Amino acid sequence: MSVNEQSMRRVTAIRNGTVIDHVPGGMSLTVLKMLGIGGVMSNPVSLLMNVPSKKLVSKDIIKVEDRELNQNELDRLALVAPEASVSIIRAYSVAEKLTINLSDEMVNVARCAFSNCITSNSREPLPHRLLIMGRDPLEIRCHYCGKLQEINDLVERLI
Amino acid sequence: MPGLITMDDLTNEEIISILDDAERLLPIAYGERYLPLLRGRILGNLFFEPSTRTRMSFETAMKRLGGDVINLGDVKNSSVVKGETLYDTIQMIDGYSDIIAMRHPRQGAAQYAADACKVPILNGGDGAGHHPTQTMLDLFTIRQAHGKLENLRVVLAGDLRYGRTAHSLSHALVRFGCKVIFASPKSLSMPTEIIADIVRQGGDVEETEDLLSEINQADVIYMTRIQKERFPDEDEYLKVADAYKLHARDLDDAKSEMIIMHPLPRVEEIHPSVDETRYARYFQQAFNGVVTRMSLMCWLLGVGVPGDVIAASEVIA
Repeated sequence: MSVNEQSMRRVTAIRNGTVIDHVPGGMSLTVLKMLGIGGVMSNPVSLLMNVPSKKLVSKDIIKVEDRELNQNELDRLALVAPEASVSIIRAYSVAEKLTINLSDEMVNVARCAFSNCITSNSREPLPHRLLIMGRDPLEIRCHYCGKLQEINDLVERLI
Repeated sequence: MPGLITMDDLTNEEIISILDDAERLLPIAYGERYLPLLRGRILGNLFFEPSTRTRMSFETAMKRLGGDVINLGDVKNSSVVKGETLYDTIQMIDGYSDIIAMRHPRQGAAQYAADACKVPILNGGDGAGHHPTQTMLDLFTIRQAHGKLENLRVVLAGDLRYGRTAHSLSHALVRFGCKVIFASPKSLSMPTEIIADIVRQGGDVEETEDLLSEINQADVIYMTRIQKERFPDEDEYLKVADAYKLHARDLDDAKSEMIIMHPLPRVEEIHPSVDETRYARYFQQAFNGVVTRMSLMCWLLGVGVPGDVIAASEVIA
């Protein structure tokens, strides 16, 4: 049994829902926050944190029952889990495999971290827009003020 | 709607074409001739921060071309103090005008306004961000003096950290192959992200704290004001500010065609003795704001400037 299979079987297989694998170790709670999953009214969620991974050294796995996440929701994760792989499960089988796409722009994913940006006025109604200027290394700028953004700052300002 | 938010909105060819149009419009800007290219058009002046030259030169530019101007007036007397968002304010002015000139204390405000409205926005300064219409008049002034923009040695001096005019101008200069020297105290040095951008563009830049040693090689010295309020105490300010003051006696070894520019207002960084030298160009530079903004408004409103402005215009009696 491979390391991956061992990890996957630490929790019960789900009948229907979404499995997000290869989340960087320790980032799963952030991922859940970005997806708006949590709280007492949430679907059942299983979490595996900091399991060994060949690809990432340490990874988290998230299983969300009875909810199929769509591509738009998943693309938000590019900020913290760009290499995550996603499976849509139906009747205990993988019905679809999705990948996370880092688009050229992230809209309403996080707020610009610059305190004097026009978007720091929470009453301004236009969307928060972050432009992906480079991918390796990841370089993100605010569409409005042009300031370079630190990933850690953005994670603290998730919408 | 297209506007001018940063210098990246213009190609080098567009910059040259706008400067060429501006040059032909000089007799109109001087008030010698009348050419109502923008008759029936209204400029909305939205200055959320104090401005003398930028606001008045926009207003003069529109009126010289036969158009009209509406002003937000003092922000203290507007709905902004009641908590109105920029979005809502822009919706109003969008309906009242054909083009908007705007200055705002928040960075990114001009891009935000451009996304929120249908008429073109001219960014007249957004926080410590960009000031592209100032850059256009700076380029006009440099070209007027040197006959070209290419391959000049330009020293930007003073407060380069917070000085938005220096940010926009340095980006533009390296696009024309100029060598740019940033002369500032360490605490007011050019932001690293701007230097990184310029280097990525292939720009040739240097940093120094010694302004005086750069004078004899410079083609342009662009002074900016060091603001006292940026320093924790007056002693610190005086120590730094003294090193960034130009006096006529400092210019003995300057090249004969060198020019000294300043976006104004100046405080003590250029001694009045410099005003009488051949090098002083800052008042001409301020005037050039009118003709450059005339040209920019024509360009943004899709109004062509005639090749022969003299033939197309009439003498003002």
